Amino acid sequence: MTAPLLEVEDLRVRFPLAEGTVEAVRGISFTLGRERLGIVGESGSGKSQTGRAILGLTAKPGEVTAERLAFDGVDLMAAPPGLRRSLRGSRMTMVMQDPRYSLNPVMTVGQQIIESYRAHKPVSRREAKQAALAMLEDVRITAPDRVMALYPHELSGGMGQRVMIAMMLITGPELLIADEPTSALDVTVRGEVLRILDQLVSTRGMGLILISHDLEMVASFCDRVLVMYAGKIVEELASGALGEARHPYTRGLIGCLPKLAGDSHPLPVLARDPAWAR
Amino acid sequence: MAGASSLAAWLTTAEPQSRTQARLGHAWQSFRRLARNPTAIAGLAIVALLIFVAIFAPLLATHSPIASGDLRTERLLPPGPVFWLGTDDQARDIYSRLLYGSRLTLAVVILVSVIATPIGLAIGTISGYFGGWIDRVLMRITDIFLAFPRLVLALAFVAALGPGIENAIIAIAITAWPPYARLARAETLTIRNSDFIHAVRLQGGSSLRILVKHIVPLCLSSVTVRVTLDMAGIILTAAGLGFLGLGAQPPTPEWGTMIAQGRRFLMDQWWVAAVPGIAIFVVSLGFNLLGDGLRDALDPKAAR
Amino acid sequence: MIADVPLLRRGRAALGLAQGVGSFLLTLGITLFGLVVVTFVIGRVVPIDPVLAVVGDRASGAVYERARTEMGLDRPLVEQFGLYLKKAVTGDFGRSVLTTNPVIDDIRSYFPATIELATLGTLIGTLIGVPLGVFAAVRSGSLLDQIVRIVGLVGYSVPIFWLGLMALLLFYAKLDWVAGPGRLDIAYDYMVTPVTGLLLVDSLLQGQVDVFWNAVSHIILPAALLGYFSLAYISRMTRALLLNELQQEYVVTARIKGLSEARVIWRHALRNAAVPLLTVVVLSYATLLEGSVLTETVFAWPGIGSYITNSLQNADLNAVLGGTLVVGAAFVTLNLISDLLYRLLDPRTR
Repeated sequence: MTAPLLEVEDLRVRFPLAEGTVEAVRGISFTLGRERLGIVGESGSGKSQTGRAILGLTAKPGEVTAERLAFDGVDLMAAPPGLRRSLRGSRMTMVMQDPRYSLNPVMTVGQQIIESYRAHKPVSRREAKQAALAMLEDVRITAPDRVMALYPHELSGGMGQRVMIAMMLITGPELLIADEPTSALDVTVRGEVLRILDQLVSTRGMGLILISHDLEMVASFCDRVLVMYAGKIVEELASGALGEARHPYTRGLIGCLPKLAGDSHPLPVLARDPAWAR
Repeated sequence: MAGASSLAAWLTTAEPQSRTQARLGHAWQSFRRLARNPTAIAGLAIVALLIFVAIFAPLLATHSPIASGDLRTERLLPPGPVFWLGTDDQARDIYSRLLYGSRLTLAVVILVSVIATPIGLAIGTISGYFGGWIDRVLMRITDIFLAFPRLVLALAFVAALGPGIENAIIAIAITAWPPYARLARAETLTIRNSDFIHAVRLQGGSSLRILVKHIVPLCLSSVTVRVTLDMAGIILTAAGLGFLGLGAQPPTPEWGTMIAQGRRFLMDQWWVAAVPGIAIFVVSLGFNLLGDGLRDALDPKAAR
Repeated sequence: MIADVPLLRRGRAALGLAQGVGSFLLTLGITLFGLVVVTFVIGRVVPIDPVLAVVGDRASGAVYERARTEMGLDRPLVEQFGLYLKKAVTGDFGRSVLTTNPVIDDIRSYFPATIELATLGTLIGTLIGVPLGVFAAVRSGSLLDQIVRIVGLVGYSVPIFWLGLMALLLFYAKLDWVAGPGRLDIAYDYMVTPVTGLLLVDSLLQGQVDVFWNAVSHIILPAALLGYFSLAYISRMTRALLLNELQQEYVVTARIKGLSEARVIWRHALRNAAVPLLTVVVLSYATLLEGSVLTETVFAWPGIGSYITNSLQNADLNAVLGGTLVVGAAFVTLNLISDLLYRLLDPRTR
C-alpha cells in the first residue's frame, strides 16, 4: 500500500501580529491520493493559506504547525529548507489566480518557462526550449514559438493562465494545487482553462487540490469537496452527494446558488452562526 | 484619574457629536501613532530643544555672542570651564554663539516655510482644480524651478540680491515651493471630482470657497509632512549659503558662517569649525526623524 | 493577430522611441528656455542696477557705458531678452570680470573636473549603495537594515561641507592617508596635457603613472564624500524599490518554481526594480552636480562649483549666471534622460 500523496493532520497556520494573533488555519486534517480534492470557502476561510502551508510558502511572520504534514511519505515539517525547495516546482506546485500579477513582467514567457524547467532538470537551453514548446502545445496554445517571445502584459487572461499552467507543469509534478485558477478570467474563457487542467491532470495521473469559492465549479470538477469556514473544515462530501450536506453552512452555501427554475422569493440569505467558528 | 480617562474616551468615541470633536479625535489618534515611534519622539525632542534654546538663549548663554573678548589671551581657546565650547579667532564664546545661532536657524526654517508653503499650496491647488491651460502654464513654471538644483538657484538669487540673511531666506523660499505645488496639485486632482465637491458647487459655493475651505485642508496633512521633511534640507542649504559667505554677515552667529570662519584654523583648533557643524547635524536629524514619524503617523499605509 | 505580434511590436517600439525622443527634445527645449528666462530675470530684473552688478563697483565710467550698450539696457525689456536668448543659445554668456575671458571658455575649462568628481562619486554610490539596499531589503528589520537606514539618515542630515572639512582634518591632517586640497600636488601641475579634461584618464593615456597616482590620492577623499551622499540616497531607494517588488505575486511564483532565494532576489525582484533604479542613479548623478558646489569649495577643486562660488564672492554676475545656466541645463538634461530611460527600458511601456 503506497503512501498517500499528501497527508495533512492538524495543520495550523498562525500570524502573530502587533494587534493580536490571527489564526488563519485552525487544525485541519485530510489525505489526498491521486485524485481531485476541492476546498471551498469564502475569503478568510483559510483555504489559500492551507495551500501555501503545504508548499512551505507561508509569508512571514506566519507560523505553521502540524501533527503531520507529509508528501509521498516525506515528512515536510522535519525536512530541511533545501529539501522542501527541491520538492517545490519539481514534484509539487501551485497555479495562482491572476496571470497579470503572477508572471514576471520583465521576462518573456519563454524565458520563464525555460527557467522553470532548467531549475530541476540539467538540460541544455535548446532541449529546454523544445520542452517548453511542447508544453505550450499541451495547453493548446497555437503558434507557441511566437508566444514564447511575448511578455506577460501582451497576453490575454486565458492565454496567460495557460502559460502559467504550462510553466508549472513542465517539470511533471505529482501534486498540483490550483488556487482560484479561473476567478480572474472572463466567464467565457473559464471553461477552456478548466478543460485543459482536467486533461493534464488526468493524463498525468496527478493529485489535484482545487481551491475556490465557487462551489458548483469545484463540485463538478473534483471527486471530493472540503468545505472550510473560519479556518476549520466543517464538512467533507463526495462531489456527487452535495444534496446530502448536513452542516448548516454548506446547506446555506448551496442555497445561495442561483437556480433557473422555481421561485426564489424571498432570496435565501446565509445566516451565520458563531458556533460554526469554534 | 477619572478625568483623564473620560477625556480619552471622549476623543476616541466612534460617534463624535461635533466636527471639532471629530477633528480633535483624529489628531489624537495621529499623535498616539506618532508617540509609539521612538525615533519620531527623539526628533520631536530635538525640535523642542531647538525652540527652547532659541527662546531662552539670553538666559542660557554665558557670554555675549558678538562682543569680542580679549584678543591677546582669549583667542582660539579649547573647551574649558570658562568658555564651555572654546572661543573662536575673535575671542568670542562659541557656546553662546551657538545658542544665539539657533535663533537664526529657527527663523530661517519658519520664514521659509511660511513663505513657500502658501505659494506652493495656492499654485498647486489652483492648477489641479481648474486644469486646462492654467494647469499647463503653472506646471511648466513649477517644472522650470524644479529643474534647477536648489543650492545653485539660491546662489544665483543671492548673487543678484546681495548677501545677507534676508536675501538668503527669500532665495531659499523661491526654490522651496515647487515640490509643495506638485504635491498639492496631485492631492487636488484626486479630490477634485469627488461627490462632496460637486455638492458644494451645487449649493452655490464659489471656486474660491471650495478651494480654501475644502480642498486646501485636505492637502494639508501631506504637505505638512513634506514641509517637515524639507526643513532639514532648508537648514542645510542655509548653512551652505552661510559657509559661502552669502548668508548672515559677521559678527552674526549663523552656524554655517561660523564653520567658514573656523576653516582657517581647522588643523589645530578644529573645534571652532566642528562644533557648529554638529549643531546643524543634530537639528537636521531631528527634523528628519520628526518628518519620517509624521509621515508614518498621518498615513500608515505609506509606511515602509 | 498573434502571428504578427513581433513585427507589430518592433514597429510600435520604433514609433514609441521616436515619440519618446521627440517629446524629450521638446521638453528639454522648453525647460532650457525657462532656465534662460529665470537667469535673465535674475540678471536684469532683480538687481537694482544690472550693469553695476555685471561690471562691479570699481569699473570706470567708460567700461560701465560700454557694458550698458552691450547689454542693450537702452532698449525695451523684450528686446533685451531676445538679445540675451540669442547669446545664450550660441553660448555667449558675456565676459568674466575676474578672468576677462569669455565665460563660456572658463566654464569649458572647469567643467571636466566636476564631471570627473561626480562620475566617480556616483560610481562609488552605486557600487556600494545597490548591494547595501538589497541586503537591507532582504533582511528587513535586522541589524543591517537599521545600519543602512542610519547611514541614509545621516547622509540626509549632515552638512556636506562640514563633513568634508572633518574628513580633511582626519584623513589628511591627522592620518596623512590622502593628499590635501586641489587636484594635484603643485609639482605635478602641467605635466599632463588635457585631452578629455579628466585627469585620471588623461594621465593614463599619456603614460604618466605617477601623475595618475597623485591624482588618485587627491580625488579619493572628495569622491568618497560625494559617494557617501550618493549611496545614502541610492541604498534607501534600492531598499524601498526592492521591498515593493518582493511583495509582488510573481515573486511567490518564482519561489513555487523552487528557485534559489538568491535567484529570486537578483534575477526576478531586482530585475524588475532595475529600471526605476537606473533612473535613481541618473538622478543621483544630477544631485552630485549640486553637491559638488560646496565640496569643490572645501577641497579647492577647480570645477564649475568653485567657479560659481568664486565668481559670486567677486560679484562677477555674468560668470555666476553663465555657470548657473550650464549647471541647470546639465541638471535638466539628466532628469529628462532618466525619464526617457524609464520609458525605453520597461517592456510594459514600449
